[in-house]
Amino acid sequence: MAPILALENISKRFGAVVVADGIGLALAEGEALGIIGPNGAGKTTLFGIATGTVAPDAGRVIFAGQDITRLPPERCCRLGLARSFQVPQPFSGMTVFENVVVAAAFATGASEASVYEPCADLLDRCGLMAKANQRAGGLTLLDRKRLELARALATKPRVLLLDEVAGGLTEHECAVLVRLIKDVRAGGVSIIWIEHVVHALLAAVDRLLVLHGGKFIADGDPRTVIRSPQVAEIYMGIAADA
Amino acid sequence: MSRVEHATRSSRIGVALIGVALIVLALAPFWGDRQMLRLLAEVFTFVALASLWNLLAGYAGLVSVGQQAFVGLGGYLLFALVILAGVHPIVAILIAGPIGALVAVPVAALIFRLRGAYFAIGTWVVAEVFRLLASQISVLGGGSGISLPAAMVVAMAPSRQAREFEIYWLALALTAAVLGTIVALLRSRHGLALTAIRDNELAAQSNGIDVTRIKLIVYVLTGFGTAMIGALIFLMKLRISPDTAFSVNDWTAFVIFITVIGGIGRIEGPIVGTIVFFIMRQTLADLGSLYLLIMGAVAIVVMLWAPKGLWGLIAERFGWQALPLQRRLVLAPKTEEPGERS
Ligand SMILES: Nc1ncnc2c1ncn2[C@@H]1O[C@H](COP(=O)(O)OP(=O)(O)O)[C@@H](O)[C@H]1O
Ligand SMILES: [Mg+2]
Repeated sequence: MAPILALENISKRFGAVVVADGIGLALAEGEALGIIGPNGAGKTTLFGIATGTVAPDAGRVIFAGQDITRLPPERCCRLGLARSFQVPQPFSGMTVFENVVVAAAFATGASEASVYEPCADLLDRCGLMAKANQRAGGLTLLDRKRLELARALATKPRVLLLDEVAGGLTEHECAVLVRLIKDVRAGGVSIIWIEHVVHALLAAVDRLLVLHGGKFIADGDPRTVIRSPQVAEIYMGIAADA
Repeated sequence: MSRVEHATRSSRIGVALIGVALIVLALAPFWGDRQMLRLLAEVFTFVALASLWNLLAGYAGLVSVGQQAFVGLGGYLLFALVILAGVHPIVAILIAGPIGALVAVPVAALIFRLRGAYFAIGTWVVAEVFRLLASQISVLGGGSGISLPAAMVVAMAPSRQAREFEIYWLALALTAAVLGTIVALLRSRHGLALTAIRDNELAAQSNGIDVTRIKLIVYVLTGFGTAMIGALIFLMKLRISPDTAFSVNDWTAFVIFITVIGGIGRIEGPIVGTIVFFIMRQTLADLGSLYLLIMGAVAIVVMLWAPKGLWGLIAERFGWQALPLQRRLVLAPKTEEPGERS
């Protein structure tokens, strides 16, 4: 079956820094895939390229059979490609509830009133109900990350790109998050998850990729990949955590 | 089931106060003298200009320093329509709006290619071009300007007093219409998008909002309103010249000052800012150029101590909104399945 999202031969450099050097990646429909790699490896940039906020120097992005390489972010979003930002990007002057309403209404074209109810449910699922009417700008970093996730889910994505959503969570919160992500996946959403919290990642993904030097240097069963010697070598700090 | 409400207690009070203020102001011809009416009408035009600029810069992120292009355009349209085509001044003001919008389209096509500071400079260059073009129109007095012919002014109303009342009410009505339109816009679906853009353009795009389209709509709408207010301003002045019509000082610098000290990106900001501006102007005008210096100092102090403006300071401290713009989720008493809820 054709992948739901594919990066084909993507290259990108910022000045002298090569962040992607002919990268290929295929996400099967219904699959959950994890990406790890040292800081600055170019993981976040790949999400930017996939969702239209960063233009690649070469290569193509294919979503559900359609070439979306040059599509602006709002079109990617409306097609069903959602992302959370590693550095949360809330609508800080709006309430938490309004943040989610914006995503739900504009990503799907639904009327504002028709998304109120599902948005309230979503806040409940993401543990933000008690803060629904607070200004998003006043949230703690943790709640901002929750809001990133809630807002991405509100767009009713077919593919969800998560960028480091588990950092700083307690053991229990992390378990809740993993359950939520598994739930989302069970609902038919395909997922790519960039994460440094390896144990959370291993609990949720079927395949793990390692990005280093502008290329994926490992790809396969998460537990096998995480114990592979190349990963241990370039990625020791985090591999030791796992 | 949950419900969503726009109004809060502060906004109910705010709306009631605004209603009372509107009635009191509408009756001003019966309690104020000519001096007062002139001053109030001028205040209204600045509220309208600042509110439009706030929509443009504060919400849509289009920091224009060239809105005098549309003020001047409106003013010149008024004079052209009245003098050359014999149109009634009030009709001319209404025509200036759509023409302002029409002119905004090609201007946007040009300056929307520019980003950040280049955009701001672009808007200013456009305004300068407009000023130079206006000085070439010899039937409208060229570089030295022209007055509205007395006969046409007199024909507006049966008496001088009636004309002054008419212009006052017109200023009040137009300003109320501008504010009403902005409130309606912000409460609409477009307003939701616009508020999101105000807060975070990257996130707005990534959540399905066509940012460029919304910006274009706002730019054209602002051109509409600003040209209309420009026409009104020069009906009040009765005389126009390229330098007064396209004055960056009067129609942009003061307007930015007002919006910034009042609170940019909040609908209440320009109203608060205009009141502060006029109080300062009325009390400090005798000081000559020192008055501009004091205004500059006030702007700097406000920007340092209250970067969200005076209204921003109040609104954040007390959670106030004077107009019901927010969407608040009201949770109905729990009727969900018992047990699940820790
Ligand atoms: N817009 C940009 N301009 C210049 N350099 C950038 C930009 N975005 C990212 N980079 C650089 O590209 C590299 C990869 O960044 P990023 O994709 O954020 O890595 P990761 O998410 O794997 O930590 C880093 O060295 C970063 O400094
Ligand atoms: Mg990153």
